Amino acid sequence: MSAQHEKKESAASSPIVIVFFIIGLAVSLFVGWSIFPKLLYSQKKQPIDFSHSIHLDAVGDCESCHFFREDGSFSGIPELSNCVECHEEAQGEDPEEIKLIENYIEPNKEIPWLVYSRQPDCVFFSHAAHVKMGELECKTCHGMIGESDHVEIYEENRITGYSRNIWGKSIGGFKSNTWDRMKMDDCAECHEEHGTNQACFVCHK
Amino acid sequence: MKEEHKEGAHGHKEKYKYGMVIDLDKCTGCGACMVACMTENNVPFRKDESNKLVSTAWMRVFKATNGKSYPDIDVCYFPRPCMHCEGEHGHAPCVSVCPATATDYNYETGIVSQIYTRCFGCRYCMAACPYHARYFNWWDPVWPDKMEKALSPDVSPRMRGVVEKCSFCFHRFQRARDHAYAEGRREIREDEYQTACTQACPADAIIFGDLNNPEHKVYKLKKSPYAFRLLERLGTNPKVYYLSTRSWVRRAGDNYLAGERSK
Repeated sequence: MSAQHEKKESAASSPIVIVFFIIGLAVSLFVGWSIFPKLLYSQKKQPIDFSHSIHLDAVGDCESCHFFREDGSFSGIPELSNCVECHEEAQGEDPEEIKLIENYIEPNKEIPWLVYSRQPDCVFFSHAAHVKMGELECKTCHGMIGESDHVEIYEENRITGYSRNIWGKSIGGFKSNTWDRMKMDDCAECHEEHGTNQACFVCHK
Repeated sequence: MKEEHKEGAHGHKEKYKYGMVIDLDKCTGCGACMVACMTENNVPFRKDESNKLVSTAWMRVFKATNGKSYPDIDVCYFPRPCMHCEGEHGHAPCVSVCPATATDYNYETGIVSQIYTRCFGCRYCMAACPYHARYFNWWDPVWPDKMEKALSPDVSPRMRGVVEKCSFCFHRFQRARDHAYAEGRREIREDEYQTACTQACPADAIIFGDLNNPEHKVYKLKKSPYAFRLLERLGTNPKVYYLSTRSWVRRAGDNYLAGERSK
């Protein structure tokens, strides 16, 4: 008798429960997918809107600016002296170039670039091992940066201080290209495929 | 762990087996190796280091005497880094007990790693290590003003609550390998990878190199009749060898109890 009663009651209240559940789910998903990422990441502009495509056309390859030093270490983001080689005087009337000369080249101040691929302290990454020995292309990890006309907004995780490019843009953690993310799992995935050493001290320091 | 034995994409396996031979008859106990190690590896220190039980030193010089009184007294100093035990097939005592896989045995170099971001500070490894080569960070490191800028960027600093230990200056191996790769080589020469303590030792008592490579100095030295390893009977198979012509030193190093059979 009492079981029948309960069954009746739950059936009566179910449409309201379902409606509330759907509203709750929608709100949670909206908060999680739209509001939370905006709160989590701050948006920063690069000091200069640099065009990789123009420079790639002019110099021909990545290694002209992102080169290996003699000791095998990788130079990474170019220093101001690389820029001065061509931009000691303005070549055109682009406001970004004028900004470069007035703000950085004339006072001889290094450009405070924000590095998208900056890894945590505990990570050791060898460009020599991947580019020289592994013969990987730059774009395998860095994507199509070389063809971009503008630098993208730098998104910094407010809690960890790391770039969003490490975690990846997809909040769900989905990945369709090799360059979408730069997490440890992504390194390990490729190392496993190629049968490379998986010991901790290969990528950690 | 079997995977490491299989051949990599370029057909190399178990390439190096880095180890150390320390000549105890040459060591004067000056402590230069300890200082060099502290600065090289960003090892934290406190204002008051008088309590040695909680202080950190990846390389620690231990003093032993033969227990006799003057004029028969003899003193020996044991510089003790991490022994990088191989055990059997890489089963070092610390590696076997770590529940977080924060420490592993690298079959390519024979070096026992310690990954600080992975360690959660349970200190099982410290209990397992028979050489007291592991140290726990009881506090967050605080460096004196401006000294933080002098830290090495090649070694990640540690935080409170994790265990740290000697890595055979592994970052120097990483740098040497980069250099070799840039020149199109896969082999690393003996002089390209040396630990900070080896280079700092004014008596040349510490020799470092590949124990498997007949061309390296350590290969010959480890076969000396005067060579021994600490607590060898435990089966830890350590990669740090000691040399001494004094028999009491060898006995002290092997650490046999009074009634125990020695070898």
